[in-house]
Amino acid sequence: MNKQSLKPYLPLYLLLVPGVLYFLIFCYAPMYGVVIAFKDYKLLEGVFGSPWSGFDQFDKLFTDPYFYTVLKNTLLISLMKLLFGFPVPIVFALLLNEVRMLKFKKFVQTASYLPHFISWIALAGIMQSILSLEGTVNSIIGFFGFDKVIFLASSEYFRAVLVISDIWKGFGWGAIIYFAAIAGIDASMYEAASIDGATRFQRMRYITLPSIAYIIVIMLILSMSGILDAGFDQIFNLYNPSVMGVSDIIDTYVYRIGIQNLDYSRSTAVGLFKSVIALIMIMVTNGLAKRIDKDFNTLW
Amino acid sequence: MRGTTSLGDRVFHLINYAFLSLIAIAALFPFWNQLLISLSSREFLYTVGTLWYPKSLNLDSYQSILHYDALWRGYGNTLARTILGVVLSVFFTALTAYPLSKRKLPFNKPLTLFVLLPLLFNGGLIPTYLLIKELGLMNSIWALVLPGLIAPVNVFLIRNYFRSLPGELEESAIIDGASSLKIFIRILLPLSMPILATIALWVGVAHWLAWYDAFLYLSDTSKWVLQLVIRRILIDHRPQDALAAATQVFGQTDAVDIRQLNAAVVMVSIIPMLFVYPFLQKFFIKGLLHGAVKG
Repeated sequence: MNKQSLKPYLPLYLLLVPGVLYFLIFCYAPMYGVVIAFKDYKLLEGVFGSPWSGFDQFDKLFTDPYFYTVLKNTLLISLMKLLFGFPVPIVFALLLNEVRMLKFKKFVQTASYLPHFISWIALAGIMQSILSLEGTVNSIIGFFGFDKVIFLASSEYFRAVLVISDIWKGFGWGAIIYFAAIAGIDASMYEAASIDGATRFQRMRYITLPSIAYIIVIMLILSMSGILDAGFDQIFNLYNPSVMGVSDIIDTYVYRIGIQNLDYSRSTAVGLFKSVIALIMIMVTNGLAKRIDKDFNTLW
Repeated sequence: MRGTTSLGDRVFHLINYAFLSLIAIAALFPFWNQLLISLSSREFLYTVGTLWYPKSLNLDSYQSILHYDALWRGYGNTLARTILGVVLSVFFTALTAYPLSKRKLPFNKPLTLFVLLPLLFNGGLIPTYLLIKELGLMNSIWALVLPGLIAPVNVFLIRNYFRSLPGELEESAIIDGASSLKIFIRILLPLSMPILATIALWVGVAHWLAWYDAFLYLSDTSKWVLQLVIRRILIDHRPQDALAAATQVFGQTDAVDIRQLNAAVVMVSIIPMLFVYPFLQKFFIKGLLHGAVKG
C-alpha cells in the first residue's frame, strides 16, 4: 500500500481516532494489566514497578483447597441453572404458541418479560421479603403443616433458591428467540398434518420441535461458553456468611480478595484463570455452532 | 384454522390456559406482594405472607419516602449517567462503525479485528479498577460512562446497518465537497434512526440498572446511583436514612415498619421501568433478533 492510495481515506481514519483511543485505553490497557498476576504487586510501586514473581500466584492458587471450593460452586450453580433453566423457555414458547386468544398471549408474554427488566438488587430485596419466616413461601409451607425454612440462610436450600429465581427472572425473555423461530415455520406443514389427522402432540413432536431443533442446539452450545458465569449480580446481593460455603463463586471471590483484601495479584490471577477458560470455551462453542449451521455468523 | 374442537382439544386448551395463567401470576406476584406490603397498615403486616389482596390503604411508607433525600438524589444521579451514557455511547459507537462500514478502507480487516478482540478477552476486575484509579476517574460520573462507552457488538450492528443503506446520497454529498464528519452527522445518522434507537434503548436500560461500577468507583455517597441507594437499605440492612425520613414526617421513631419501608423503596425504584418496559420490548426484541438470528 503506497501513500497515495491512503490519502483519500485520511478523513475516515481521523473519525476512527476516538474509537481506537477508547479501545486502547479501556480494553487493551487492562489486558496488559493482567501482568499483575505474574508480579508481586505493591501498592506504592504500581503495575510497572512491582517485582516479577513468575507463576507463584498460580502455584499458590492451585494448591489452595478453597480455590477448588469456589470452582466447584461456580460450575455446580452454573450447570444446575443450565440443566433446569434451559428447557423452560422452550416449553413456555411451545405452550404459548398453542394459545389462540391474541390478547391473552400478549399479556402472558409481557408479564413474563417483567423480571428481566428489574435489577437483582430490587429482586434480592423482594426475595428476602417473600422468603422470610412470615413471607408468602413459608406461609404456604406452614399451611400444609411443614416446618418453616430460612431459605436465604440455609446451605441446604440456597443453591435451589439461586436456580429457581434465576429461571424465574430469565425464562420469558429467553423464550423470545424460540417465539421467533416458531413464527418462521411454514404454516402449510401444519395444515397438511391436520388433514392427515395428526394430533396436537404429533404436530408438536414432528413439525415444531424438528423445525426449531437447530436453534435449540445453537442456544445450548452458546450457553456453554458462559459456564464460569454463575451469576455475580444475583449471588453477590443474596449471599451471606451462613451460605458462603455453597455459594462463593469465582466472581465474588475475585471481588473479595481483590477489592476487600487488596490482594491484587492473587485476584488478578483468579480473574485471568477465568478469562482464559472463557476464551477457550468461546472458541470451542463457536466452532461447534458453525459446524452445525454453516450460516451461523460469528463475529469473526 | 388448524385442528378440530374435539373433547381432547378442549381439555388441552383448558389446561394450557390455566397453566399459562399460573405462569403469568408467578411472574407478577412478587411485585404485587410488595405493593400490598408497602400499602398495608401495621396490624396487617403480621399476615403479609398470606396477603393476596389489599386489606387497607396506608400511604405512611410513601409519605416517609418523599423525604428520603438520598433516594431522590440517587434517581437524579441515575438519570444523569443514563442520559450522558446513551448520548456519548451511541455517537461514538456509530462514529467508529462509519469508517469500518467502508469495505474499501485500507486495513479494514485488522481494524475490525482490533474492535472485536475485546469480546474474546478482557483484563478483568483489578486491572480495570487500577486503570480507573490511575486515570483519576474515582468518584466521577466518567467512571460510569467511559469504561463501557463502545460495545464491539454494537459497532458491528451499526456497521452492518450503514452497509445496507443506499450510497447515492453520500456520493452526491461527496461531490458537493462535504467533509466526512458532516456526511456522517447530516446523512448517515438521520438515515440510521431505527438501529440507533434500538441501541440507545439497550444502553439506556443497562445504565439504568447498573450498580457494580458505581459500587466500585464511587465512595462519595452523594454521587450514588439509585441502585446503590436501595442496596444500602435492602441488602446492607442500613435503613437509618429512610427511618430518619419517617421520623421527620411522623415525629416518632417507630412510625413506619421497616418492612413497609423496604417494600415501598422497591416499588418506588421499579415504577419507571414498570411503565416503560412494555413499550421498550418491541425495540429490544427487534434488535435482539437482528443480532442473534441474522448474525
